[in-house]
Amino acid sequence: MSSTMLSRRAFLGSAAATGAFVLGTRLVPVSVFSQDALAQGPWEPGVYLAILPDGLVRIIAHRSEMGTGIRTSLPLVVADELDADWARVTLVQALGDKKYGSQNTDGSCSIRDFYEPMRVAGATARTMLEQAAAKTWNVPVAEVAARNHAVVHGASGRSLGFGDLVATARTLPVPAAASLQFKKAEAYRYVGTPMPSVDLEAIVKGQAVYGADVERPGMLLASIVRPPVLGSTLTSLDDGAARKVAGVTDVVKLAEATAPFGFKPLGGVAVLGTSTWATLQGRKALNAQWSASPNASFDSATFRKTLVDVVHTPGRVVRTQGNVDATIGVGPTHEATYYTPMLAHAPMEPPMAVAEVTGGKAEIWTCTQNPQAVQDTVAQALGITPEDVTCHVTLLGGGFGRKSKPDYAAEAALLARQVGKPVKVVWTREDDLQFDFFHAPSAQYLKAAIGPDGLPTAWLQRTAFPPIGSTFDEKEQYGGGQVNMGFTDLPYPIANLRVENNPAPAHVRIGWLRSVAHIHHAFAVQSFTDELAALAKADRVEYLLRIIGQPRVIDLAAEGAKGVRANPQHPFDTARLRRVIELVAEKSDWAKKPAAPGRALGIAAHYSFFSYIAAVVEVEVNARGQVKIPRVDVAVDAGTIVSPDRVASQFEGAAVFGTSIALLSEITAREGRIDQTNFANYILARQDNAPKETHVHVVKSTAPPAGVGEPGVPVIMPAIANAIFAATGKRLRDLPMRKVPMNG
Amino acid sequence: MSQTSSATTSTIALVVNGEARTFEGDPQTPLLWVLRDTLKLTGTKYSCGIGLCGACTVHMDGRPIRSCATAVSLVAGKKITTIEGLAPAGAEHPLQTAWKAHQVPQCGYCQSGQIMQAAALLATRPNATEAQIESYMDGILCRCGTYQRIRAAIKDAQAAGRQG
Ligand code: FES
Ligand code: FES
Repeated sequence: MSSTMLSRRAFLGSAAATGAFVLGTRLVPVSVFSQDALAQGPWEPGVYLAILPDGLVRIIAHRSEMGTGIRTSLPLVVADELDADWARVTLVQALGDKKYGSQNTDGSCSIRDFYEPMRVAGATARTMLEQAAAKTWNVPVAEVAARNHAVVHGASGRSLGFGDLVATARTLPVPAAASLQFKKAEAYRYVGTPMPSVDLEAIVKGQAVYGADVERPGMLLASIVRPPVLGSTLTSLDDGAARKVAGVTDVVKLAEATAPFGFKPLGGVAVLGTSTWATLQGRKALNAQWSASPNASFDSATFRKTLVDVVHTPGRVVRTQGNVDATIGVGPTHEATYYTPMLAHAPMEPPMAVAEVTGGKAEIWTCTQNPQAVQDTVAQALGITPEDVTCHVTLLGGGFGRKSKPDYAAEAALLARQVGKPVKVVWTREDDLQFDFFHAPSAQYLKAAIGPDGLPTAWLQRTAFPPIGSTFDEKEQYGGGQVNMGFTDLPYPIANLRVENNPAPAHVRIGWLRSVAHIHHAFAVQSFTDELAALAKADRVEYLLRIIGQPRVIDLAAEGAKGVRANPQHPFDTARLRRVIELVAEKSDWAKKPAAPGRALGIAAHYSFFSYIAAVVEVEVNARGQVKIPRVDVAVDAGTIVSPDRVASQFEGAAVFGTSIALLSEITAREGRIDQTNFANYILARQDNAPKETHVHVVKSTAPPAGVGEPGVPVIMPAIANAIFAATGKRLRDLPMRKVPMNG
Repeated sequence: MSQTSSATTSTIALVVNGEARTFEGDPQTPLLWVLRDTLKLTGTKYSCGIGLCGACTVHMDGRPIRSCATAVSLVAGKKITTIEGLAPAGAEHPLQTAWKAHQVPQCGYCQSGQIMQAAALLATRPNATEAQIESYMDGILCRCGTYQRIRAAIKDAQAAGRQG
């Protein structure tokens, strides 16, 4: 311990209230050290920032940057509260360390959970700098104020830079959180403005460093042949030819993982060498044979039928009100079944990790969404403690949930220990698509009794999908919290309503993909709603507003939902859902663009990650059945917005991501092996089939910040399906839609 | 250009970003890995390895090529330009300026390939139409979905070129 010591105290009540977990560690000055020694070093009034005696402000970016701009946005909040000059701020990417609270950059929660703690960090330091200036000038603290990297005394015109105040500030007690004064929203200089990402310059110059780009002295490259079916094991290996490839240095067997698979490395045979090309050539020359596994029975086409069949049988009830059985047979009814396939994350940068292991300690450099999980997973693989694992976080060439699962970091660590040298594990695109933690395949069955006004009087819906829980407990077949993602929380006030979940076993590793179960649930619910609107011959926007009904705050527990906990920070308010629907209808010129053969608009609205989203998608379907998307409008209410341009870019990107899911992408399996190998058969939207223009309309709000990275995706698939129906009369209930001829 | 060969190893001379470089090794090695592993020019990215995504796009004598699908032996003596050499040191290419103005990148991983492909378009067809831009750029995948900003930035750079 040098000039500071660790002191545990509650960081702040409000931090805990926003769900930011433990932020309890603060660095506070210790008076036993001499003032001279202290004056030299950076002053650290909290874990997220330091101010150097030369005035430079150093802010910790503790979340992972995968394209959302979070590495810029959260530090901007600190800088704004501090009244720092952004030009005199440097960012330091945090190592994995529990002292920062959760670093798992996942679940669209970075701003949601850390907006308050960042404001507190900035306000704490600013308050102490102001107190230091007041003390220096011997004036009341109320007479001074921080202004652009200095504290000024208005009455006398005196001013001292932040750096000049560090020596005094560090001797002051850290103010109680409750005593802090925050800036008014109007006073923000950075929050709410389109500030560019700190990585922009490096990216356009090709200088940005991703996991793939890390190099250590004496490093070997490694490529791994993994068990082709989950649970199969190596039965024979001939590596003679592989070892003869120039540049190949080692062939290493890694023990196969057993269930539950969790984040464990899968095992297999690694080929190591002095260049990537050598390891890839060596790998091709391996002759490895694998045992059978119970998962070899997995055939995705057969499994589709299993899912569809099971949702036509009673499931586990997760929400019930009124009496569906007594009412759903009365009068006209409508029913439909939906299916969505397995999906892969396919970030443009596949998983990559570099490891060095020496003397019982591991050092990792990797593109990870979750450096603390890297510490845990590597520690477990090596039999050391998480504190003995240092995790450096690089930029991520996309994540989408894949890179919060650090199996690849553990592979690198095991190999580095084995060969006694730094090792970079390179996942090929083929590896990435075949050994993903897949988005689950799913089926939904929906049935409604329709009243004289066209609105449902009774509603039954069921969903089945192998749950994420199966990756951690192979016996798990029910969706748990994933059922609540856009399904249990159906926002329609229907007197007789039942929501059920049917079981589904997993045969591959199931994981969370951007928007998770909202992907399939929004597709089913918003498609079905459109089907009911069509039956009622109603305008789709009007029908959507009618079925949502009068504005209300939904109390799911009172409406028969089991095990759903309300979040007091984020009540589900249908007034906000209605507002985004009205806004998107207006901005898309909905009323002036009636459907015509081959060209139509479609709408969908969905609530996820506490954000309210509505989208209108315009499609054109030509005589050959090809779909083009000239325009997407998205209305967004995500509460308080920190970085409006990055918010817009997330929704633009989500429209493309959703288009891939709707029209193009599918993972299939036969005999337990994944069929897709590369972008030729795992198809993603490109310039020609992505939406031409996406217009993002953000509702101004001072509500607590909600999610942005994920909520843009779920609306896109149903909005496209609904538009295609309006343009062609074809109702597409299976994804991806390219598999069904639209002109037939 | 000199090209000496043994059974599996050749010495290949190339010009990368204006500098003479040599590579010794398997002549079948894709240029991508020579750039990244040997020359430490990591701005050029790997994503598919078989010519399907464009992340690895560089210029060979001014033409865009997929470096993952181009054996280093095929570029012996050719002028290779990577993202690091697109603009002279300390300067920036008009596309890089436009890219920043539109804040095109999200994760950024595909963007070297996008910019290199776009630079070849700008050089050869400075007045490409929207539809031409779209089809010329179609080979470069962006999983983050930055396509509309890419086209907007290219159009800006076209306009800047006409003025300049
Ligand atoms: S890496 Fe070369 S085209 Fe994909
Ligand atoms: S910016 Fe992330 S892949 Fe294009």
